Amino acid sequence: MPQVTLTVNGQTHTQEVEGRTLLVELLREKLRLTGTHVGCDTSQCGACVVDINGESVKSCTTLAVMANGANVTTIEGLAAADGTLHAMQEAFREYHALQCGFCTPGMVMSAIDLVNKHPNGITEQQIREGLEGNLCRCTGYHNIVRAIAAAADVMHGKRTEIARAAE
Amino acid sequence: MNVVAPFEGIGASLRRKEDFRFLRGRGAYTDDFNRQGQLHAWILRSPHAHARLTSVDTAAAAKMPGVVAVFTGADMAKDNIGGLPCGWQIHNKDGSPMAEPAHPVLAADKVRHVGDPIAVAIAATREQARDAAEAIAVSYDVLPAVANTLDAVKPGAPAVHDGVGGNLCYDWHIGDKAVLDAAFAQAAKIVSLDMVNNRLIPNAMEPRAALGEFDPTTGDYTLHTTSQNPHVIRLLMGANVLHIPESKLRVVAPDVGGGFGSKIYHYAEEAIVTWSAGKLGRPVKWTADRSESFMSDAHGRDHVSNAQLALDANGKILGLKVHTYANMGAYLSTFAPCVPTYLYATLLAGTYTTPVIYCEVKAVFTNTVPVDAYRGAGRPEATFLLERLMDVAAQETGIDRVELRRRNFIQPDQFPYQTPVALQYDSGNYQATLDQALVTADWAGFESRRAEAAKRGKLRGIGISTYLEACGIAPSAVVGSLGARAGLYEVGTIRVHPTGSVTVLTGAHSHGQGHETTFAQLVADKLGVPTAQVDIVHGDTAKVPFGMGTYGSRSLAVGGSAMMKAMDKIIAKGKRIAAHLMEASVDDIEFDRGTFRVAGTDKTKALVDISVAAYVPHNYPIDEIEPGLEETAFYDPKNFTYPGGCHIAEVEICPETGKVSMVNFTAVDDVGRVINPMIVEGQVQGGIAQGIGQALLETCVYDADGQLLSGSMMDYTMPRADDLAPVSVATHTTLCTHNPLGVKGCGEVGAIGSPPAVINAVVDALRDYGVRSLDMPATPAKMWQIINGGRRMAAE
Repeated sequence: MPQVTLTVNGQTHTQEVEGRTLLVELLREKLRLTGTHVGCDTSQCGACVVDINGESVKSCTTLAVMANGANVTTIEGLAAADGTLHAMQEAFREYHALQCGFCTPGMVMSAIDLVNKHPNGITEQQIREGLEGNLCRCTGYHNIVRAIAAAADVMHGKRTEIARAAE
Repeated sequence: MNVVAPFEGIGASLRRKEDFRFLRGRGAYTDDFNRQGQLHAWILRSPHAHARLTSVDTAAAAKMPGVVAVFTGADMAKDNIGGLPCGWQIHNKDGSPMAEPAHPVLAADKVRHVGDPIAVAIAATREQARDAAEAIAVSYDVLPAVANTLDAVKPGAPAVHDGVGGNLCYDWHIGDKAVLDAAFAQAAKIVSLDMVNNRLIPNAMEPRAALGEFDPTTGDYTLHTTSQNPHVIRLLMGANVLHIPESKLRVVAPDVGGGFGSKIYHYAEEAIVTWSAGKLGRPVKWTADRSESFMSDAHGRDHVSNAQLALDANGKILGLKVHTYANMGAYLSTFAPCVPTYLYATLLAGTYTTPVIYCEVKAVFTNTVPVDAYRGAGRPEATFLLERLMDVAAQETGIDRVELRRRNFIQPDQFPYQTPVALQYDSGNYQATLDQALVTADWAGFESRRAEAAKRGKLRGIGISTYLEACGIAPSAVVGSLGARAGLYEVGTIRVHPTGSVTVLTGAHSHGQGHETTFAQLVADKLGVPTAQVDIVHGDTAKVPFGMGTYGSRSLAVGGSAMMKAMDKIIAKGKRIAAHLMEASVDDIEFDRGTFRVAGTDKTKALVDISVAAYVPHNYPIDEIEPGLEETAFYDPKNFTYPGGCHIAEVEICPETGKVSMVNFTAVDDVGRVINPMIVEGQVQGGIAQGIGQALLETCVYDADGQLLSGSMMDYTMPRADDLAPVSVATHTTLCTHNPLGVKGCGEVGAIGSPPAVINAVVDALRDYGVRSLDMPATPAKMWQIINGGRRMAAE
């Protein structure tokens, strides 16, 4: 069986995998990082999105062997060691951008990459189009869009903390 | 220094307690659980809509690598495993019970829909189990199939079940037809409309999963499952299917990734993994692929109706006549029979003073996935029918569509209001929600927006829906008399610990609704305990005494009310203890948010003083009061609750592409008292997204042979962020008069009120094209045909 060595959330792992093993299966089944979810089998829903070498990638459509040597960040690796949330996580909480939480890990990972790809600011329409690859069945997206806009202000240095949602 | 604690009680938009784990990837969903020695199951499903199984040969599959067992329906029959039960019995017009054919866990001799389970392969890994399932050799004698509801009732249609004549599950009615006919004879105008309520596939983001375990040393079974109501699953599976006593069966529904109704029902896979775990003595896990979800999760809606509205010369409604065919699919799912009857026809008065209603419903078996409750369940179907009919009536009587609704509204002073279809509404103010929505949506200024859009080459339309629903399911005696095989009360336990923190046990189940926050707010409000010290326990039959689960917007109205009753008992007991400690009469003890006080004095005891005394009773009237501070209460609602309101949709259609864009959406809903406005807004937003999905994007498609064509997320259009626009959500409150919180429920209003508002807006946008009837979804192809079909024909 092929061997894969990769760094996940700062820790290096070496695992034997089948050629057909998907990255998400490696993360969930072998490394027991169950924060990354599988919501579909056609690469449509984005619940499985992780960061590979700075790019958001659907881990259900990535073979584990393709991640050999890669640096992977999953939802578990986002918050600081002391539990301080990433600005995107904090914004999702402040703006009630999650309900059942199942799409949330992939949504947050996609959103961070989306904001990083718009260093000069991001419009609501750009956020909505940028979320094409992530499905949420609970929220109707509106609060997700608001959360990402609020997180972008912090990630772009325009604010030091997440703007409070209107009551 | 006095630190003022932030207000966390009723009315606070408290940020959610559960978010910390979800945002950090620490949620614990069923598929996240793994056990020592765990095996994986893969279900072999029928590729045919209707076939006789002539042989199921598992020999080759059993020899595949990693395979531990392959089981078929015959193996289950040897163990006397029962079929999946139906929880509701409807009676025909003649009083005879509905047809209730067997629903085998694994197909015995026939398969009746694509996706019907035939066998299960169990192996060390999921991929090995899948490989083995593919190696099972099945010989099918393929039979003619029927998928379409109206085709199924035609003479000579293929019979889905032997012995069910005409594929008719039941032929039911409500109302007095003779009185209705008399009303119709008086009518100045009769408006008739044929409508299809499109079939939907729920698609909660977490696919269903189940993990069965068996401890041979104790005989205890444990099932982790993606369920909205674990106690009901334990009851149905234990008693009807596997014959395991409740004391030996624990069902856990941990974090669940959305339900929308689709995770209410007892599914075959739950029984398969539990039974297999017992047979093999090892844990067995099954997790659905999304493709399996499409062909095995219960679908929703799927009605074909004709509705006729009789009006007098002034536009007052004289009567409503409805005939509906409802698709049940191939088998009766747990709640299915009640959806097109008691959750549908009883809603046909809507917000109007319609004096007489007659509705007949024929429920039909087809070779399709079972159909059951999906967000709103019956009430969206009734609302769509009624609110479309009102618009057509307005058009054909020449009365403005808002004015026509106003003329027929139940007035605020008419509550309690008895409808002709069994329900008695307790409260509401439909004028107020309408007025507020008209202002917010700037209804009066619409024509200038239409003109502006026309300059840009767009067709702009506005549509309204003034809807009502019944939820807070349900008064047990009422639903029992209507065919429910169980009461639908709820249970709540309040456990005040010795040092004053609180654990709440509830039979409701949270799968996105934020119960861990909202319920904690009830405790903060009533007992004065900070929400950080309140933990909500749900979803585990080993921890929570009993419960009926979460559906029909019942968690707060029924489950929350049970908690309030239990807290009343805590306070009553606390007063007795406080009276002893402060040497006062119990009648003189007052309680307010955490403090017991002797009336008119400054003598007080905090709740924690009472709880310590209750658990460590060294100065305690132990002969008179039992130690401990824990109370359980059951709440059985006296009536349904009746949320209602007004939804206004504004759309633009691009004539070149046919694409309908949502440009504005306004919702003003009366959901009763609001505990957490942030969560209520989120629930309404999400419901509206599903309603817009039904109206514009989503539909389940079977071909004539019963093949599921919309069987993946590439074929079934789920709403995405750029399909939707910001929604303005507001509430206008009238209190429910019969539950202690005054709450009505907010989980389903969005999905109920919005589809007709959207379609009325689309029809309004198409007013120059003579569209009278329009079935959902309003896809670009359908719009393009309407807009350009005529133009092209004119050119030819």
